[in-house]
Amino acid sequence: MKYVAPSSAEEVSRILVGENGISKILAGGTDLLVQMKSGLIEPDLIVDIKKIPETKEIKSMDGGFRIGAAVSGSEVKDHTGLNRLVPGVVEALDLIGSTQIQGRCTMAGNLCNASPAADCVPALAAVEASANIVGPKGNRKCKIEEIPISPGKNSLKQGEFIVSIDIPDRPPHSSDAYLRFTPRTEMDIAVVSAAVALSLTKDGVCENARIVLGAVAPTILFVEDASETLIGTKLDEVSLQKMSDQCEAACNAISDKRGTISFRTEVSGVLAKRAAKIAYKRAGERS
Amino acid sequence: MSQLHIKSNVNGDDVEFLCEPEETLLEVLRDRLNLTGSKEGCGTGDCGACSVTMNGKLVCSCLVLGVEADNSKINTIEGMADGDKLHPLQQKFLDHAALQCGICTPGILVAAKALLEKNPSPSETEVRYWLAGNLCRCTGYDKIIRAVMDAAEEMRG
Repeated sequence: MKYVAPSSAEEVSRILVGENGISKILAGGTDLLVQMKSGLIEPDLIVDIKKIPETKEIKSMDGGFRIGAAVSGSEVKDHTGLNRLVPGVVEALDLIGSTQIQGRCTMAGNLCNASPAADCVPALAAVEASANIVGPKGNRKCKIEEIPISPGKNSLKQGEFIVSIDIPDRPPHSSDAYLRFTPRTEMDIAVVSAAVALSLTKDGVCENARIVLGAVAPTILFVEDASETLIGTKLDEVSLQKMSDQCEAACNAISDKRGTISFRTEVSGVLAKRAAKIAYKRAGERS
Repeated sequence: MSQLHIKSNVNGDDVEFLCEPEETLLEVLRDRLNLTGSKEGCGTGDCGACSVTMNGKLVCSCLVLGVEADNSKINTIEGMADGDKLHPLQQKFLDHAALQCGICTPGILVAAKALLEKNPSPSETEVRYWLAGNLCRCTGYDKIIRAVMDAAEEMRG
Protein backbone atom coordinates (compact mmCIF):
# COMPACT_ATOMS: atom_id res chain seq x y z
CA MET A 1 0.00 0.00 0.00
CA LYS A 2 1.15 3.50 -0.84
CA TYR A 3 0.40 6.62 1.17
CA VAL A 4 0.46 10.14 -0.27
CA ALA A 5 -0.55 13.49 1.22
CA PRO A 6 -0.72 16.08 -1.60
CA SER A 7 -1.01 19.77 -0.86
CA SER A 8 -3.55 20.69 -3.55
CA ALA A 9 -6.96 19.35 -4.57
CA GLU A 10 -5.99 19.18 -8.24
CA GLU A 11 -2.99 17.01 -7.38
CA VAL A 12 -5.26 14.61 -5.46
CA SER A 13 -7.48 14.27 -8.51
CA ARG A 14 -4.48 13.65 -10.79
CA ILE A 15 -3.14 10.95 -8.47
CA LEU A 16 -6.56 9.28 -8.20
CA VAL A 17 -6.93 9.17 -11.98
CA GLY A 18 -3.45 7.69 -12.36
CA GLU A 19 -4.01 4.83 -9.90
CA ASN A 20 -5.13 1.51 -11.37
CA GLY A 21 -5.69 -0.30 -8.09
CA ILE A 22 -8.07 0.52 -5.26
CA SER A 23 -7.57 4.04 -3.97
CA LYS A 24 -9.17 5.54 -0.89
CA ILE A 25 -9.39 9.07 0.43
CA LEU A 26 -8.28 9.55 4.04
CA ALA A 27 -9.71 12.44 6.06
CA GLY A 28 -10.74 11.33 9.58
CA GLY A 29 -10.23 7.65 8.88
CA THR A 30 -12.93 6.56 11.32
CA ASP A 31 -14.63 4.43 8.66
CA LEU A 32 -11.61 3.72 6.42
CA LEU A 33 -9.29 2.31 9.07
CA VAL A 34 -12.07 0.14 10.51
CA GLN A 35 -12.84 -1.25 7.04
CA MET A 36 -9.13 -1.93 6.46
CA LYS A 37 -8.77 -3.63 9.83
CA SER A 38 -11.73 -5.92 9.14
CA GLY A 39 -10.35 -6.80 5.71
CA LEU A 40 -13.41 -5.35 4.00
CA ILE A 41 -11.14 -3.30 1.75
CA GLU A 42 -7.45 -3.53 0.96
CA PRO A 43 -6.47 -0.26 -0.70
CA ASP A 44 -3.42 -0.01 -2.96
CA LEU A 45 -3.28 3.72 -2.39
CA ILE A 46 -4.34 6.02 0.42
CA VAL A 47 -4.61 9.71 -0.38
CA ASP A 48 -4.60 11.84 2.76
CA ILE A 49 -6.35 15.16 2.02
CA LYS A 50 -5.49 16.91 5.29
CA LYS A 51 -2.47 18.74 3.84
CA ILE A 52 -4.79 20.71 1.55
CA PRO A 53 -5.48 23.98 3.41
CA GLU A 54 -9.10 24.34 2.23
CA THR A 55 -10.06 20.93 3.69
CA LYS A 56 -9.15 22.13 7.18
CA GLU A 57 -11.11 25.39 7.37
CA ILE A 58 -14.59 26.57 8.23
CA LYS A 59 -15.11 29.73 6.14
CA SER A 60 -17.96 32.25 6.29
CA MET A 61 -19.62 32.68 2.89
CA ASP A 62 -22.47 35.14 2.26
CA GLY A 63 -24.07 34.34 5.61
CA GLY A 64 -23.51 30.61 5.16
CA PHE A 65 -20.45 28.45 5.71
CA ARG A 66 -18.01 26.36 3.71
CA ILE A 67 -16.81 23.42 5.80
CA GLY A 68 -13.63 21.68 4.66
CA ALA A 69 -13.83 17.94 4.06
CA ALA A 70 -11.30 17.22 6.83
CA VAL A 71 -12.90 19.42 9.51
CA SER A 72 -13.68 17.17 12.48
CA GLY A 73 -16.99 16.78 14.28
CA SER A 74 -15.67 18.45 17.41
CA GLU A 75 -14.58 21.53 15.42
CA VAL A 76 -18.10 21.86 14.00
CA LYS A 77 -19.62 21.41 17.46
CA ASP A 78 -17.44 24.21 18.87
CA HIS A 79 -18.29 26.64 16.03
CA THR A 80 -20.64 29.39 17.24
CA GLY A 81 -21.84 30.43 13.78
CA LEU A 82 -22.82 26.92 12.75
CA ASN A 83 -24.60 26.30 16.04
CA ARG A 84 -26.64 29.43 15.41
CA LEU A 85 -27.38 28.83 11.72
CA VAL A 86 -27.98 25.06 11.66
CA PRO A 87 -28.40 23.61 15.17
CA GLY A 88 -29.97 20.48 13.66
CA VAL A 89 -26.88 19.70 11.60
CA VAL A 90 -24.65 20.22 14.64
CA GLU A 91 -26.81 17.98 16.85
CA ALA A 92 -26.82 15.27 14.18
CA LEU A 93 -23.05 15.33 13.86
CA ASP A 94 -22.67 15.37 17.63
CA LEU A 95 -24.57 12.07 17.88
CA ILE A 96 -21.90 10.25 15.89
CA GLY A 97 -19.58 8.06 17.95
CA SER A 98 -17.57 8.92 21.04
CA THR A 99 -15.45 11.94 21.96
CA GLN A 100 -12.49 10.13 20.37
CA ILE A 101 -14.39 9.57 17.11
CA GLN A 102 -15.59 13.19 17.18
CA GLY A 103 -11.98 14.33 17.22
CA ARG A 104 -11.47 12.78 13.77
CA CYS A 105 -14.76 12.05 11.99
CA THR A 106 -15.91 14.37 9.20
CA MET A 107 -19.18 15.36 7.54
CA ALA A 108 -17.80 14.62 4.09
CA GLY A 109 -16.70 11.17 5.23
CA ASN A 110 -20.12 10.46 6.69
CA LEU A 111 -21.58 11.49 3.34
CA CYS A 112 -19.20 9.46 1.14
CA ASN A 113 -19.51 6.36 3.32
CA ALA A 114 -23.12 6.39 2.05
CA SER A 115 -24.79 4.61 4.93
CA PRO A 116 -28.57 5.18 4.89
CA ALA A 117 -28.26 5.60 8.69
CA ALA A 118 -25.57 8.32 8.50
CA ASP A 119 -26.60 10.93 11.05
CA CYS A 120 -25.43 14.19 9.54
CA VAL A 121 -26.59 13.42 5.98
CA PRO A 122 -30.38 13.90 6.41
CA ALA A 123 -29.63 17.03 8.44
CA LEU A 124 -27.39 18.44 5.69
CA ALA A 125 -29.95 17.62 3.00
CA ALA A 126 -32.69 19.32 5.02
CA VAL A 127 -30.80 22.63 5.01
CA GLU A 128 -30.02 22.31 1.28
CA ALA A 129 -26.29 21.85 1.75
CA SER A 130 -24.16 20.90 -1.23
CA ALA A 131 -20.80 19.24 -1.80
CA ASN A 132 -17.92 20.86 -3.70
CA ILE A 133 -16.32 18.15 -5.79
CA VAL A 134 -12.93 18.32 -7.49
CA GLY A 135 -12.28 15.93 -10.35
CA PRO A 136 -10.36 15.40 -13.58
CA LYS A 137 -12.94 17.43 -15.51
CA GLY A 138 -12.78 20.36 -13.11
CA ASN A 139 -14.92 21.37 -10.18
CA ARG A 140 -18.61 20.78 -9.74
CA LYS A 141 -21.21 21.27 -7.06
CA CYS A 142 -23.64 18.51 -6.12
CA LYS A 143 -26.69 18.40 -3.86
CA ILE A 144 -26.15 16.34 -0.72
CA GLU A 145 -29.00 13.94 -1.51
CA GLU A 146 -27.42 13.06 -4.86
CA ILE A 147 -24.17 11.76 -3.33
CA PRO A 148 -25.32 8.48 -1.71
CA ILE A 149 -26.86 6.11 -4.27
CA SER A 150 -27.15 2.86 -2.31
CA PRO A 151 -25.78 1.49 0.99
CA GLY A 152 -22.00 1.96 0.86
CA LYS A 153 -21.99 3.44 -2.68
CA ASN A 154 -21.71 7.08 -3.70
CA SER A 155 -22.08 8.86 -7.02
CA LEU A 156 -18.50 10.20 -7.21
CA LYS A 157 -16.71 9.32 -10.45
CA GLN A 158 -13.15 8.02 -10.87
CA GLY A 159 -10.75 10.74 -9.79
CA GLU A 160 -13.35 12.81 -7.96
CA PHE A 161 -13.44 13.67 -4.27
CA ILE A 162 -15.29 16.10 -2.01
CA VAL A 163 -13.15 19.03 -0.93
CA SER A 164 -15.76 20.91 1.12
CA ILE A 165 -19.44 21.18 2.00
CA ASP A 166 -21.43 24.40 1.65
CA ILE A 167 -24.26 25.28 3.99
CA PRO A 168 -26.11 28.27 2.53
CA ASP A 169 -27.44 31.15 4.60
CA ARG A 170 -30.98 30.68 5.91
CA PRO A 171 -33.73 33.33 5.84
CA PRO A 172 -34.83 35.00 9.10
CA HIS A 173 -37.03 32.79 11.32
CA SER A 174 -35.47 29.60 9.95
CA SER A 175 -34.10 26.67 11.86
CA ASP A 176 -33.72 22.92 11.84
CA ALA A 177 -33.71 19.86 14.09
CA TYR A 178 -32.58 16.25 13.94
CA LEU A 179 -33.82 13.28 15.94
CA ARG A 180 -32.95 9.62 15.77
CA PHE A 181 -34.15 6.48 17.50
CA THR A 182 -31.56 4.20 19.07
CA PRO A 183 -32.05 1.63 21.82
CA ARG A 184 -29.15 3.19 23.74
CA THR A 185 -28.56 6.83 24.66
CA GLU A 186 -25.03 6.99 23.15
CA MET A 187 -22.65 5.17 20.86
CA ASP A 188 -25.22 3.63 18.56
CA ILE A 189 -26.42 3.70 14.96
CA ALA A 190 -29.78 5.20 14.00
CA VAL A 191 -32.63 2.70 13.60
CA VAL A 192 -34.70 5.55 12.16
CA SER A 193 -33.92 9.26 11.91
CA ALA A 194 -35.62 12.48 10.81
CA ALA A 195 -34.28 15.92 9.97
CA VAL A 196 -36.60 18.89 9.53
CA ALA A 197 -35.67 22.39 8.35
CA LEU A 198 -38.31 25.15 8.42
CA SER A 199 -38.56 28.80 7.43
CA LEU A 200 -41.37 30.84 8.93
CA THR A 201 -42.92 34.23 8.29
CA LYS A 202 -42.67 36.66 11.18
CA ASP A 203 -46.20 35.57 12.16
CA GLY A 204 -45.10 31.96 12.47
CA VAL A 205 -46.58 30.60 9.23
CA CYS A 206 -44.40 27.97 7.60
CA GLU A 207 -43.02 29.28 4.30
CA ASN A 208 -40.59 26.55 3.45
CA ALA A 209 -40.10 23.05 4.81
CA ARG A 210 -37.76 20.16 4.07
CA ILE A 211 -38.24 16.81 5.76
CA VAL A 212 -35.54 14.19 5.25
CA LEU A 213 -35.67 10.68 6.72
CA GLY A 214 -32.75 8.36 7.41
CA ALA A 215 -32.43 4.57 7.74
CA VAL A 216 -35.85 3.84 6.20
CA ALA A 217 -34.70 3.30 2.59
CA PRO A 218 -31.47 2.40 0.74
CA THR A 219 -30.55 6.10 0.80
CA ILE A 220 -31.74 9.08 2.79
CA LEU A 221 -35.21 10.15 1.75
CA PHE A 222 -36.35 13.71 1.03
CA VAL A 223 -40.13 13.51 1.48
CA GLU A 224 -41.46 16.20 -0.81
CA ASP A 225 -45.21 15.82 -0.27
CA ALA A 226 -44.82 15.71 3.52
CA SER A 227 -42.68 18.84 3.34
CA GLU A 228 -45.30 20.66 1.23
CA THR A 229 -48.03 19.71 3.71
CA LEU A 230 -46.45 21.95 6.34
CA ILE A 231 -46.20 24.99 4.06
CA GLY A 232 -48.85 27.60 4.83
CA THR A 233 -49.58 26.09 8.26
CA LYS A 234 -48.54 26.86 11.81
CA LEU A 235 -47.94 23.15 12.35
CA ASP A 236 -51.41 22.40 13.73
CA GLU A 237 -52.09 18.81 14.80
CA VAL A 238 -54.07 17.94 11.64
CA SER A 239 -51.25 19.07 9.33
CA LEU A 240 -48.63 17.33 11.47
CA GLN A 241 -50.60 14.08 11.35
CA LYS A 242 -50.98 14.32 7.58
CA MET A 243 -47.23 15.00 7.25
CA SER A 244 -46.47 12.04 9.50
CA ASP A 245 -48.70 9.74 7.40
CA GLN A 246 -46.93 10.92 4.25
CA CYS A 247 -43.54 10.16 5.82
CA GLU A 248 -44.72 6.65 6.67
CA ALA A 249 -46.00 6.15 3.13
CA ALA A 250 -42.63 7.18 1.70
CA CYS A 251 -40.65 4.62 3.74
CA ASN A 252 -39.05 1.68 2.00
CA ALA A 253 -37.44 0.13 5.05
CA ILE A 254 -35.90 -3.26 5.73
CA SER A 255 -36.17 -5.52 8.76
CA ASP A 256 -32.90 -6.32 10.48
CA LYS A 257 -31.57 -6.92 13.98
CA ARG A 258 -32.06 -3.27 14.86
CA GLY A 259 -35.69 -2.87 13.82
CA THR A 260 -38.54 -4.26 11.74
CA ILE A 261 -40.13 -2.65 8.68
CA SER A 262 -43.31 -1.78 10.56
CA PHE A 263 -41.42 -0.35 13.54
CA ARG A 264 -39.15 1.78 11.37
CA THR A 265 -42.08 3.01 9.29
CA GLU A 266 -44.18 4.04 12.28
CA VAL A 267 -41.29 5.67 14.13
CA SER A 268 -40.33 7.74 11.06
CA GLY A 269 -43.62 9.62 11.31
CA VAL A 270 -43.28 10.09 15.07
CA LEU A 271 -39.73 11.45 14.78
CA ALA A 272 -40.65 13.73 11.86
CA LYS A 273 -43.45 15.26 13.93
CA ARG A 274 -41.24 15.76 16.98
CA ALA A 275 -38.36 17.19 14.94
CA ALA A 276 -40.78 19.54 13.15
CA LYS A 277 -42.01 20.88 16.49
CA ILE A 278 -38.45 21.48 17.69
CA ALA A 279 -37.46 23.18 14.42
CA TYR A 280 -40.61 25.32 14.58
CA LYS A 281 -39.81 26.50 18.11
CA ARG A 282 -36.19 27.23 17.19
CA ALA A 283 -37.18 29.08 14.02
CA GLY A 284 -39.59 31.28 15.97
CA GLU A 285 -36.80 32.24 18.37
CA ARG A 286 -34.31 33.08 15.63
CA SER A 287 -34.47 36.55 14.11
CA MET B 1 6.48 0.33 -0.75
CA SER B 2 9.39 1.36 1.40
CA GLN B 3 8.95 2.65 4.89
CA LEU B 4 8.24 6.30 5.44
CA HIS B 5 10.36 8.59 7.58
CA ILE B 6 8.22 10.44 10.11
CA LYS B 7 9.16 13.25 12.48
CA SER B 8 6.87 13.83 15.39
CA ASN B 9 6.79 15.03 18.97
CA VAL B 10 5.67 12.59 21.64
CA ASN B 11 5.18 13.78 25.22
CA GLY B 12 7.37 16.81 24.53
CA ASP B 13 10.25 14.84 23.00
CA ASP B 14 11.09 15.09 19.32
CA VAL B 15 11.09 11.61 17.81
CA GLU B 16 11.81 10.17 14.39
CA PHE B 17 10.73 6.77 13.19
CA LEU B 18 10.30 4.70 10.07
CA CYS B 19 6.95 3.01 9.53
CA GLU B 20 4.92 1.16 6.95
CA PRO B 21 2.04 3.22 5.48
CA GLU B 22 -0.56 0.82 6.89
CA GLU B 23 0.80 0.84 10.45
CA THR B 24 -1.43 2.54 12.97
CA LEU B 25 -0.22 5.17 15.40
CA LEU B 26 -0.96 2.67 18.18
CA GLU B 27 1.38 0.12 16.58
CA VAL B 28 4.05 2.76 16.14
CA LEU B 29 3.77 3.88 19.77
CA ARG B 30 3.86 0.35 21.17
CA ASP B 31 6.16 -1.51 18.77
CA ARG B 32 8.54 1.16 17.50
CA LEU B 33 8.70 3.72 20.31
CA ASN B 34 8.23 1.18 23.13
CA LEU B 35 5.46 3.26 24.69
CA THR B 36 3.24 0.36 25.71
CA GLY B 37 0.96 2.34 28.03
CA SER B 38 -1.62 2.78 25.26
CA LYS B 39 -3.49 -0.51 24.93
CA GLU B 40 -5.13 -2.26 22.04
CA GLY B 41 -8.61 -3.39 23.05
CA CYS B 42 -10.79 -3.61 19.96
CA GLY B 43 -8.60 -2.01 17.30
CA THR B 44 -11.70 -0.46 15.72
CA GLY B 45 -12.27 2.71 17.73
CA ASP B 46 -14.98 1.32 19.97
CA CYS B 47 -13.24 0.81 23.34
CA GLY B 48 -10.96 3.82 23.83
CA ALA B 49 -8.11 1.85 25.45
CA CYS B 50 -5.68 3.35 22.91
CA SER B 51 -6.73 6.98 23.56
CA VAL B 52 -4.04 9.62 23.05
CA THR B 53 -4.20 13.28 22.14
CA MET B 54 -2.99 14.44 18.77
CA ASN B 55 -2.44 18.20 18.51
CA GLY B 56 -4.61 18.54 21.59
CA LYS B 57 -7.53 16.47 20.24
CA LEU B 58 -8.55 13.23 21.90
CA VAL B 59 -8.37 10.37 19.36
CA CYS B 60 -8.19 6.59 19.22
CA SER B 61 -4.60 5.88 18.14
CA CYS B 62 -5.80 2.64 16.49
CA LEU B 63 -7.75 4.80 14.01
CA VAL B 64 -4.81 7.03 13.10
CA LEU B 65 -2.05 5.99 10.73
CA GLY B 66 1.49 6.36 12.01
CA VAL B 67 2.33 8.46 8.96
CA GLU B 68 -0.37 10.96 9.94
CA ALA B 69 1.66 11.74 13.06
CA ASP B 70 4.18 13.58 10.88
CA ASN B 71 4.76 17.09 12.27
CA SER B 72 2.23 16.58 15.03
CA LYS B 73 2.23 16.63 18.80
CA ILE B 74 1.19 13.37 20.44
CA ASN B 75 0.54 12.99 24.15
CA THR B 76 0.19 9.56 25.74
CA ILE B 77 -0.25 8.18 29.24
CA GLU B 78 3.55 8.04 29.61
CA GLY B 79 3.63 11.85 29.64
CA MET B 80 0.99 12.25 32.32
CA ALA B 81 2.94 11.97 35.58
CA ASP B 82 5.60 14.59 36.34
CA GLY B 83 8.57 12.35 37.09
CA ASP B 84 7.59 10.39 40.20
CA LYS B 85 4.75 12.74 40.98
CA LEU B 86 1.43 11.36 39.80
CA HIS B 87 -1.08 13.57 38.01
CA PRO B 88 -4.06 14.34 40.30
CA LEU B 89 -6.25 12.10 38.13
CA GLN B 90 -3.84 9.18 38.56
CA GLN B 91 -3.73 9.70 42.33
CA LYS B 92 -7.52 9.90 42.56
CA PHE B 93 -7.91 6.71 40.55
CA LEU B 94 -5.76 4.98 43.19
CA ASP B 95 -7.58 6.65 46.10
CA HIS B 96 -11.00 5.66 44.76
CA ALA B 97 -9.92 2.21 43.57
CA ALA B 98 -11.21 3.22 40.14
CA LEU B 99 -9.50 0.35 38.38
CA GLN B 100 -9.35 -3.40 38.59
CA CYS B 101 -7.62 -5.12 35.68
CA GLY B 102 -6.25 -1.80 34.45
CA ILE B 103 -6.39 -2.34 30.68
CA CYS B 104 -8.82 0.55 30.14
CA THR B 105 -7.15 2.83 32.70
CA PRO B 106 -4.49 4.58 30.55
CA GLY B 107 -7.10 5.47 27.93
CA ILE B 108 -9.55 6.72 30.53
CA LEU B 109 -6.90 8.84 32.24
CA VAL B 110 -5.85 10.42 28.93
CA ALA B 111 -9.50 11.05 28.02
CA ALA B 112 -10.35 12.49 31.44
CA LYS B 113 -7.31 14.80 31.31
CA ALA B 114 -8.45 16.09 27.91
CA LEU B 115 -11.91 16.76 29.37
CA LEU B 116 -10.59 18.70 32.38
CA GLU B 117 -8.36 20.81 30.16
CA LYS B 118 -11.41 21.79 28.10
CA ASN B 119 -13.88 21.97 30.96
CA PRO B 120 -12.45 22.19 34.49
CA SER B 121 -15.92 21.93 36.11
CA PRO B 122 -17.82 19.20 34.30
CA SER B 123 -21.10 17.88 35.66
CA GLU B 124 -21.39 14.14 36.31
CA THR B 125 -23.47 13.83 33.13
CA GLU B 126 -20.79 15.62 31.12
CA VAL B 127 -18.11 13.27 32.49
CA ARG B 128 -20.23 10.21 31.65
CA TYR B 129 -20.89 11.39 28.08
CA TRP B 130 -17.27 12.41 27.50
CA LEU B 131 -16.06 8.99 28.66
CA ALA B 132 -18.76 7.05 26.76
CA GLY B 133 -16.11 5.93 24.28
CA ASN B 134 -13.97 4.34 27.00
CA LEU B 135 -15.21 0.89 27.87
CA CYS B 136 -14.42 -0.73 31.22
CA ARG B 137 -15.59 -4.27 31.89
CA CYS B 138 -14.56 -4.40 35.55
CA THR B 139 -15.57 -1.39 37.57
CA GLY B 140 -19.12 -0.59 36.51
CA TYR B 141 -17.83 2.97 35.89
CA ASP B 142 -19.10 4.50 39.13
CA LYS B 143 -15.72 4.71 40.86
CA ILE B 144 -14.17 6.09 37.68
CA ILE B 145 -16.70 8.90 37.54
CA ARG B 146 -16.20 9.67 41.25
CA ALA B 147 -12.44 9.76 40.81
CA VAL B 148 -12.68 12.16 37.86
CA MET B 149 -15.11 14.44 39.71
CA ASP B 150 -12.86 14.45 42.77
CA ALA B 151 -9.73 15.15 40.71
CA ALA B 152 -11.52 18.00 38.94
CA GLU B 153 -12.40 19.53 42.30
CA GLU B 154 -8.84 19.23 43.55
CA MET B 155 -7.39 20.67 40.33
CA ARG B 156 -9.72 23.69 40.58
CA GLY B 157 -8.08 24.32 43.98
